[in-house]
Amino acid sequence: MLYTNDAYTPHEAEIVEFIKDHHDIFTIRLKFTDPELDSKYSFRPGQFNMIYFYGVGEVAISIVNDRDHQKGRFEHTIQVVGRVTKGMMKLQTGDKVGVRGPFGTSWPMAEAKGKDVVIVTGGLGNAPLVAATEEVLQNRNQYGKLRVIHGIKSQDWLIYQDMYERWHNSPDTKVMMATSAEDPVDNGKWEWKKGFVTAYIPELDIDFANSVVMTVGPEPMMLAVAKEFIKAGAKPDNVFVSLERSMKCAIGHCGHCQLGSQFICKDGAVYPYPACEKLLAVKGL
Amino acid sequence: MSHYYFIPHTKIDQILSYFKGNGYKCLAPRHLEGGISYAPISKAEDLPWGYVDEQKPGHYQITKTESPQAFGFTVPTASVKPMLFKAKETVWKVKRDDSGKLAFESVVDVEKIAVFGVRPCDLRGIEIQDRVFQHNSYNDIRYSKRRENQFIIAMNCGTSHFNCFCVALGDYPRADKGYDLALTEINAGFVAEIGSDKGRELLLYLEVDAATGAEVEHALNLIDNAAQMQHKQLPPIKEVEAKLMANLEHEAWDDVASRCLSCGSCTNSCPTCFCHTERDIPNVLGTETEHTREWDSCFSIDHSYTHGETYRENPKYRYRQWLTHKFSTWRDQFRTKGCVGCGRCVTWCPVKIDVVDEINTICK
Repeated sequence: MLYTNDAYTPHEAEIVEFIKDHHDIFTIRLKFTDPELDSKYSFRPGQFNMIYFYGVGEVAISIVNDRDHQKGRFEHTIQVVGRVTKGMMKLQTGDKVGVRGPFGTSWPMAEAKGKDVVIVTGGLGNAPLVAATEEVLQNRNQYGKLRVIHGIKSQDWLIYQDMYERWHNSPDTKVMMATSAEDPVDNGKWEWKKGFVTAYIPELDIDFANSVVMTVGPEPMMLAVAKEFIKAGAKPDNVFVSLERSMKCAIGHCGHCQLGSQFICKDGAVYPYPACEKLLAVKGL
Repeated sequence: MSHYYFIPHTKIDQILSYFKGNGYKCLAPRHLEGGISYAPISKAEDLPWGYVDEQKPGHYQITKTESPQAFGFTVPTASVKPMLFKAKETVWKVKRDDSGKLAFESVVDVEKIAVFGVRPCDLRGIEIQDRVFQHNSYNDIRYSKRRENQFIIAMNCGTSHFNCFCVALGDYPRADKGYDLALTEINAGFVAEIGSDKGRELLLYLEVDAATGAEVEHALNLIDNAAQMQHKQLPPIKEVEAKLMANLEHEAWDDVASRCLSCGSCTNSCPTCFCHTERDIPNVLGTETEHTREWDSCFSIDHSYTHGETYRENPKYRYRQWLTHKFSTWRDQFRTKGCVGCGRCVTWCPVKIDVVDEINTICK
């Protein structure tokens, strides 16, 4: 809908709110300044936008959601990694950026209906799965149990704390956290474990054969999660991962995000695990 | 009844004035800086009369002969690609005012271009890039508008160079589609075939006669001769596609990586390579930025850089990416092969790597 004309040129968007999540992690809430575009814009959980910072360039960032479910608002949680994100850290409410999107495939929200849903994330991998989690919660009776497992290097790195608390207190929903650093301190809100996210798998009270697993994190983590869930009884086709490669164009033209025959930007980033298992097994592909 | 026509060399100037009258800038192969390359021409004399070329692995040489032909050489140094997918161009601009408001403006810079003398391999290169930039999930309006405004006179081959291998890929040195007019040069002119209404209009303008049976036979023999000059062989392309992906850990990748300089000459000279990067170029005052798109190469170390990690750090992975993409995964992506057999990657490789030899080693 957005790109019947030129898919390369961004549209102006305004920062409605700038939220500092952690020392190098921040969230920008956006709306398009063109009211017509703003009213047409929609995205599916798991898709991403290209965000342009004036004078520096574009970066591909997954669309989080809107915490207050306001129509015509969308959020991006960003960690400072390179030049563009470093510049974006200095943005303020009212500032303008460029946005084009949404791009890519989305989480299997329809296929997950009637099944238990497990969300497994590591680090900032929680951002691309917020929208999927919220969609389950907004249509709570259409899904089975909801389990959210998140791994983080230490407790003080945890972002979205209020959101996790709300999720944990939602019907038939449980939040579990893992940290690989020192012994975690019980925060009285949800369970903490020392170790990897996979440590929770043996004790999950779900019907593995009738579950959908969605995972985002470093590739080795996602591979371990997929293997462990399949071992526990999940169907391989019901395990979904989201891959990341360099993206300049986001529309399958620039060639940077290729993995074998895949253009991650348009054929992914969300894949059923069997579709990328072999590709990820070859080093340097 | 014949659908072949004969255009004498003496009518070339008329063709050029037809293009000029119809608002086309005409580009044709010219003798420039020791090579035959596409450049604007204004008169028949500008063509590289009598020039022939010699191309071998890592070798390119042209020689002036007494031949009465304008197209006695094989493929020009570069393909038609830069006319459609520019090596560097501004794709959009953005102005920022004092309040910080951003005004984005899409930039589409299109010229009407008539290309006089496109080899059949390069024609197939255009068809392949059409699938990347037009017949894909997203359309690039710059590329599409240039294609709409392009006039193509194809030039069938009368000779092949040492590195040519279109025949080994199952193609032939004769234009089969995607042209407005297709010519084959015989002694005093060209045997012509019409490929579109645009081509028919030009022929009507030229008021030419049908070619004689002898002229047509001469032309077809020359093309067959060019095909027979090619000596390179490959297994059937479907077999190559399957075997390459089944041999991702073959020791030959290490061997070729030990010779490859990762210089990107092959991707630069390739008619089908489409990788590019994007860059912002702000003005000094900070009031306006140009956003450019420029050719990139999968041989550059930055190509696979993502979030602090370089996925193809080793030259072996980069060479494997290039070769398996061209000769295997391209099919999955675009329902065609990624190579047209022009041989430029072999000619312009400074260390004489011959992609056909590499494929044969891996597919043995």
